[in-house]
Amino acid sequence: MSVLVLVEHDGGSIKDATLATVTAAAKLGDVNALVVGNNVDAVAQAASKIAGVSKVYAASAPALEHQLAEAVAPVAATLMDSHDAFLAPATTTGKNIAPRVAALLDVMQISDILSVEGPDTFTRPIYAGNAIATVKSKDAKKVITVRTTAFEKAAPEGGSASVEPVEGGAGDGKSRFLSAETSKSERPELTSAKVIVSGGRAFGSSEQFHALLDPLADKLGAAVGASRAAVDAGYAPNDYQVGQTGKIVAPEVYVAIGISGAIQHLAGMKDSKTIIAINKDEEAPIFQVADIGLVGDLFKIVPELTDKL
Amino acid sequence: MKVLVAVKRVIDFNVKPRVKMDGSGVDLMNVKMSMNPFDEIAVEEAIRLKEKGVATEIVAVSIGPAKAQETLRTSLAMGADRAILVQTDEEVEPLAVAKILAKIAEEEQPQMIILGKQAIDDDNNATGQMLAALLGWPQGTFASKVEVAGDSTDVTREVDGGLETVKLQLPAVVTTDLRLNEPRYASLPNIMKAKSKPLATKSPGDYGVDVARRLETLKVSEPAKRQAGIKVGSVDELVDRLKGLGIAK
Repeated sequence: MSVLVLVEHDGGSIKDATLATVTAAAKLGDVNALVVGNNVDAVAQAASKIAGVSKVYAASAPALEHQLAEAVAPVAATLMDSHDAFLAPATTTGKNIAPRVAALLDVMQISDILSVEGPDTFTRPIYAGNAIATVKSKDAKKVITVRTTAFEKAAPEGGSASVEPVEGGAGDGKSRFLSAETSKSERPELTSAKVIVSGGRAFGSSEQFHALLDPLADKLGAAVGASRAAVDAGYAPNDYQVGQTGKIVAPEVYVAIGISGAIQHLAGMKDSKTIIAINKDEEAPIFQVADIGLVGDLFKIVPELTDKL
Repeated sequence: MKVLVAVKRVIDFNVKPRVKMDGSGVDLMNVKMSMNPFDEIAVEEAIRLKEKGVATEIVAVSIGPAKAQETLRTSLAMGADRAILVQTDEEVEPLAVAKILAKIAEEEQPQMIILGKQAIDDDNNATGQMLAALLGWPQGTFASKVEVAGDSTDVTREVDGGLETVKLQLPAVVTTDLRLNEPRYASLPNIMKAKSKPLATKSPGDYGVDVARRLETLKVSEPAKRQAGIKVGSVDELVDRLKGLGIAK
C-alpha cells in the first residue's frame, strides 16, 4: 500500500505531530510525504531525512503560503491518484484539510485514529474518549487523521528520501489569509512537552493564573495548559486549552491545579504517564485519575511548591 | 442574506456515555438527548447575524430520526425562521450528511452555512469541511469570530498556535468553536411560537443521496481505565515524589 503523509510545518521546521503520523502511516505501507507551502525547499529537505519516508513531494506556490485548506486539498487529492491512503495529524491544520481531501475523493474520513489494526481497520475514540470504536473502512482509498499521542515519533534523521516537485496550483481565490496572532513563549510547546502544568478556574483571575503557574512551569521546564473553564473565563488564551475540543496531550507528567476534572478535560490528558492533581475539593473527579493527589488551597500550595523545587 | 444552520441531536453533554455490554455501541435508551453544543453556537451565531441586519432568514436543518424534530424546534425557539428535517433512522456519516446539505444548499441558495465543528457523539470534525469541498466554497473552521462585510466574511479561527484570521468570499461554510458566542436559552413565549413555525420533513432519497455507511463499526469498547493513585499530605511529600519521577532536582 502506498501512503501519503501531510507534513505539518511552520515554513521553517517540521512539527513533531508529523513524526507520529509517519509512524502510523508506516503500519499501512510505503510512506511518501507531502510538503505544501511557499518556498518549501528547506522543509522538504528536512522531511526527506525522516526515517521511513521513501519520497517527498514538494508543492511550492504563493497560493500555498498559509496552507489554506482550499488550496492544499486539491494538491493532495491529485497525488492520491497514485496513493492508497492519505494521513494527516489530527491537529487543527490536519483537521482543517483532511476532510476536504476526503470529500474530493468521495471517501469517508476515519478521524483521530488510535491504532492501526489492519489495512482497513482502525480504532478511534468516540464520545469524548468514553468509548473506543473499532471501525473497518469500505472505501477503496483511505483518508485518516492520526491522534499523535497514540503513536511513537519516527526518527527525524536517518532517512534519505528523494524530493520531487509537484504542481502547487494557483488556489481558487475565494479565501485569503489576513493575519495570525500566535502565542510567543520560551516554554515548550504544549503537545510535545514532557511536563505540563495546567490551571483551572480556581485561579480566579488571569493575573493570578500567570503569577502562580508561570514560575512553577519555569522551575519544571514545563508547558502551561488550562481547562476550558479557565480559557472561557479569559485567564489563558485558547491555544492553552487541553481537552476534547482543545489539545490532546500525553506528557510524562501532567500537573492539574485547581481543575475539577470534567469529562471533556479528562479526554484531553488521561493518557499522560503520571497525573498529579492539586485541588481543594477532595471529592473532585480529577483525583479518580490522578496518580498523586494533594488536597489543599492552591494559593498556598503552588508558591510553596515553586519555592521548594 | 439567507443563512443555513445544521443541527444534530446527540447525547446531552452532561451525561456520561455507557458502552453496551455486547460491544455494539453506546447505550442511548432512556438517555437525555440535546442539541449538539457546537450546533447551538451555530444557531446563536446565525441569530446574531440576523439581529445585526446581516442575515434575513435562518433555515435550520437536521438529518436524523423523527425525534430530531425536537432539536429543530429548539432552533426555531431560539430564533431560526423555518426548519427542514431529513428523516432517517440510519446513522448517517459526515460524508453523506455533507452530500445532503450540499443538495439543500443548491435549493436554498444560502450565502452562509454554519455548523458545529464536531458532534460530541462521533467526534469526527469533518462535515463542514466536506460540505465546503462538495460545494467548492471556502471554509472558516473552528471560528471564534465571524464578521460579514459586503460579499465576504472575516473569520477568526482557533488554531494550535493561537488565532488565525481569513477572509472568505461568500457563499462560505463556517464551523463553530466554543468561544464564538454563548447561546441563549429559548424563552417560554418563543418556545410556544416555535410550534407554529414551518418544519418540512424530507428523506435522504428526496435528495438522491445514498446514506449507506462507508465505515463499519466492528465493536465499541470501554477505554482502559486509570486507577486512582495515592494522596500525599504535604508539599514536601509532593516534592519528593516529583524528584522520584525525575522532573525535580
